[in-house]
Amino acid sequence: MEYVIIIIAAVFVSNIVLNQFLGICPFIGVSSKVETAIGMTGAVTFVMVIATLVTYLIYHSVLVPFDVVYMRTITFILVIASLVQLVEIILKKISPPLYQALGIFLPLITTNCAVLGVAVLAVQKDFNLLESTIYAIGNAIGFGLALITFSGIREQLDLLNVPKRMKGVPIAFIVAGLMALAFMGFAGIV
Amino acid sequence: MDQWKNFSKGFIKENAVFALFLGLCPTLGVTTSAINGLAMGLATTFVLVMSNLVVSLIKNLIPDKVRIPSFIVIIATFVTVVELVMKGYVPALFDALGLFIPLIVVNCLVLGRAEAYASKNTLWSSLVDGMGMGLGFTMALTVLGAVRELLGSGAFFGMKLISGDALLLFILPPGAFLALGYLLVLVNMLKEKTA
Repeated sequence: MEYVIIIIAAVFVSNIVLNQFLGICPFIGVSSKVETAIGMTGAVTFVMVIATLVTYLIYHSVLVPFDVVYMRTITFILVIASLVQLVEIILKKISPPLYQALGIFLPLITTNCAVLGVAVLAVQKDFNLLESTIYAIGNAIGFGLALITFSGIREQLDLLNVPKRMKGVPIAFIVAGLMALAFMGFAGIV
Repeated sequence: MDQWKNFSKGFIKENAVFALFLGLCPTLGVTTSAINGLAMGLATTFVLVMSNLVVSLIKNLIPDKVRIPSFIVIIATFVTVVELVMKGYVPALFDALGLFIPLIVVNCLVLGRAEAYASKNTLWSSLVDGMGMGLGFTMALTVLGAVRELLGSGAFFGMKLISGDALLLFILPPGAFLALGYLLVLVNMLKEKTA
């Protein structure tokens, strides 16, 4: 039950994009087509879950015992950057179709603050290993939900007669604001 | 190169937030008040200037292949400095900005300038570029913070201007998106006028 709550909270109540403001760059940058949004979600899910797991283990087995917690930011970002490279190399070898689909998004993920954000939050919230993993999965689903619905709306927006000065990014932000408003309706369910 | 142009481009023409759409996470995340926006902007400016300086200094020593990881380590070092200094001297502000301080590391603006500017230009130009882009970013955050604070809690830099409740929505997450969206419309209008 506890785990279900972690997931629901991460997906709906404090949605990583619409409530926590993490991963806004890909949210605005790669949301003009549903297809690319799905690709990005896949890549983020993959890296986010592995990164949270690995950073959790490093934090609790290296940083805490040796009392160098202040190295957290540097360690985590290095882990994520090398992980992204590793995932890229492995994917290229074992699953070329998947690499083709996710390939262009992988390098972008290093600077996706959602990945580092979730890794840091999981440590800050004092989760255990299983809870951290579930938290990462929940946030990845939340990211995907926001990104894919948003890209669906943006595809429709292209067909509409938007005022000239609002075209592109401004209207995207206003739509995102309305989505965030809708997501606020979930507040208090857990 | 004209250093004044190099400095001032960060404010309007190549403003990180209003023109390049970089560093949007902290832009939306911390701007619940003008002072938070200002503090976040200045913290980012410090990291940006220092990392631009160091990257420009050692650009010839870094092998091309490990360029990005090296930049990230340099940036992360200065972010840790900011983190520790803020925790020590302004703990209240540190708590208010929370997660977004360590996240300066992944601010695309900082890495973007290191890669696109500092790794190709002289020390002095990189310093000016970092100052200009950083202060432009600070300006954007402060403006957005001031707008949200004014509408959301009826105050300006913490000074209460109207008593009672204001449009609380603008302090809440949806208000961040809406305020930035409409600010961008305003910027577009201004650009048209000056063009």
